[in-house]
Amino acid sequence: MVGDRGWKKLGLIALFLLPAFLPLIMFRLFPMLASLWVSLLEWNLLKPWEFIGLQNYETVLTDPQFHKALLNTLYYMVGYLPLVLVGALSVALLLNSKLKGIAFFRGIYFLPVVTSWVVVALLWKWLLSPEGGFVNYALGIFGIDGPGWWTDPTWAMPSIILASVWKDLGFNMLILLAGLQSIPEQLYEAARIDGAGIWRRIRSVTLPLLTPSILFVTILAMIGAFQVFDQVYVMTEGGPAGATTVVMEQVVKKAFKYGLMGEASAMSWILFAIILTFTVLQLKFQKKWVHYGD
Amino acid sequence: MGIEPKWVAATRITIIALGSIIFLFPFVWMISTSLTAGSELFKLPPQLIPDPVDGSAYVKLFADPSLPLGRWVINSIVVSVSVMILQVLTSAMAAYAFTRFSFRGRGVIFVLFLATLMVPFQVMVVPLFIELRYLGMLDSYAALIIPEIAMPFGVFLLHQAFLQLPRELEEAAFVDGAGHIRVFTQLVLPLSKPIIATVAVFSFMGSWNNFLWPLVVINSPDLMTLPLGLSSLSSRFVTDWNLLLAGATISVLPIVAVFLFAQRYILQGVAMSGLKG
Repeated sequence: MVGDRGWKKLGLIALFLLPAFLPLIMFRLFPMLASLWVSLLEWNLLKPWEFIGLQNYETVLTDPQFHKALLNTLYYMVGYLPLVLVGALSVALLLNSKLKGIAFFRGIYFLPVVTSWVVVALLWKWLLSPEGGFVNYALGIFGIDGPGWWTDPTWAMPSIILASVWKDLGFNMLILLAGLQSIPEQLYEAARIDGAGIWRRIRSVTLPLLTPSILFVTILAMIGAFQVFDQVYVMTEGGPAGATTVVMEQVVKKAFKYGLMGEASAMSWILFAIILTFTVLQLKFQKKWVHYGD
Repeated sequence: MGIEPKWVAATRITIIALGSIIFLFPFVWMISTSLTAGSELFKLPPQLIPDPVDGSAYVKLFADPSLPLGRWVINSIVVSVSVMILQVLTSAMAAYAFTRFSFRGRGVIFVLFLATLMVPFQVMVVPLFIELRYLGMLDSYAALIIPEIAMPFGVFLLHQAFLQLPRELEEAAFVDGAGHIRVFTQLVLPLSKPIIATVAVFSFMGSWNNFLWPLVVINSPDLMTLPLGLSSLSSRFVTDWNLLLAGATISVLPIVAVFLFAQRYILQGVAMSGLKG
C-alpha cells in the first residue's frame, strides 16, 4: 500500500526522472522500435502505408547499389581502422611523458576532434584539390605528380580515409593515453631492473596492459566507421561515379530523396545487424588477446 | 616513463613537434586561404601569407543577404546553448533519481538509458523524422532542440560521479530539514561542478557540430545551423575556396575557444569514457 509519504516520494522520483526519461521514450526508444515496424512497410509518407512483410529486406539485400555501398564501407573501414589505431597508439606512446610542453602538443593533436566534420571535409577537399591544392603542390616539390584525389574514382576513397584519420586520431590517442597513464610506474621500474630495453618494455609491459583500452577504441572506431557519412556527403556525395557511396549515404538518399521510408529503415537495420555482429565477434575474440589486471 | 636520458627526451619532443605540424598546418592554411583574393587562389606557388591580405570573403559572407551567415551563427548558438542547458539539467536530475532513490524498475530504466547509447543514431533517423513530421515540428528550432533533450551519455557520467560523492553532508542536510530539491540544487550540483562542466562541453560540441540531423529536418536557409549552411554554400560556390574557408573559419572559432577554455574538462571526459571499457 502506498501511503501519503509513499505518494510524495513517488512524485519526487517522477519529478527528477521524467524530464530525461520521457524524451528518451519519445525520441529514442519509440523511434527505435518504430523503425522495425516501418521497415516492414511500403511507405512514401504521401500515400497510406502498405504492409509488405520482409520484402524491403529482400529488395535491399539484392540491390547492387547496396552491395556497392557495403563494399565501399568495408573498404573505408579496412583503410581507416589500422591507420587511425596505429597512428593513435604511436602518438599516445610519444605523449606519455612528463616533459614540459606535452600538454600543449596534446591539445594540438586533439584540435581536429572538436572541429565539425563539415569544416574538416571542406578543408581537406581544398588541401587535396587537384587545382591549387596544397598537397599536390607539396608532392610536386619532391617531383611527384599527385593524383586527382577526390575527383578520381581510384583516389576518392583514400582521400576520405586520409581526412578521417586526421580528424579522429586525437580522440583515439586520448583514450589510449588515459590507459597508458593508469599503468603503474613500478612495473616499468621492475622491467628496467631486469634489464629490459625500451622496445622490450613496450612489448612486454605497455602493450599487454593497454589491451583493454585498445579493445575499447577498436570497437568504437569500428562502429563509427560503419556509419561513415558526413565526410562522404560533403567531400564527394558518394561520387565520382559511385566510387565512395556508403551505406549511410544510401539510407539518407533512399529516405529523403526518393521517399522510400521502408527500404531506408530496412537498410539501417541491416547495417545495425552487421555492426552488432562485428562488435559481438570482437568481444568474443578478446579473450585471446586482451589482458585484464587481477 | 620515469627519467629519460636526454637524447630520448629530445628525440621524443622532436617527433611530437614534427607530427603536430600535420595537425596544425591545415588550420593555418584554412585561415590563410580565407584571406586570399579570389583571383589569387590558384596561383603557384601558394602563398602562406596572402599578398595582398584580402578580407572580401568575410565581407561578402556577412553583407550578402543571400548568404545568411549571421543567421547561421545565431541559430547554432541558440540551438547548442538550449540543448546544452536542457541536457545538463535533465541528466543531472535523472542521475540524482538513480543514485538517491530506490524504486521498483530503477535498474531496468537505467539499462534503457545505456541501451540507447549502444544503438547508432542512424537506426532511428528515419522514424524520428516521420514522428516529427506528425508532430508538425519539421523545419523549426523545435526539431533541432526537443528530440535532443535526453542525453544518455550525460546521465551515465553524472550517475558515476554522484555515486562517489560523500553522503555525510547530505545526511546532515536532511537532518536539518532540507528536502531533496534543496539537497540537489544546493549540495549535489555545486559539489559536482567539474563533471557537470565536462557534460556541458560534450553536449555543446555535439550539437554545435551535428550535421546529419539538421540536414534531415531543416529546409529553410534561415533556420540552418553553421555546418548545414556551410555544406549548402559548398554546393553553391564549388570553387570559391576563400569564401568557403572564411565560413569554415568563423564556424571553427567558437569551438576552438570553448576547447582552449575547457580543455581540462574535455580531456577528462574522454578519459573517463575510455576507462569504463
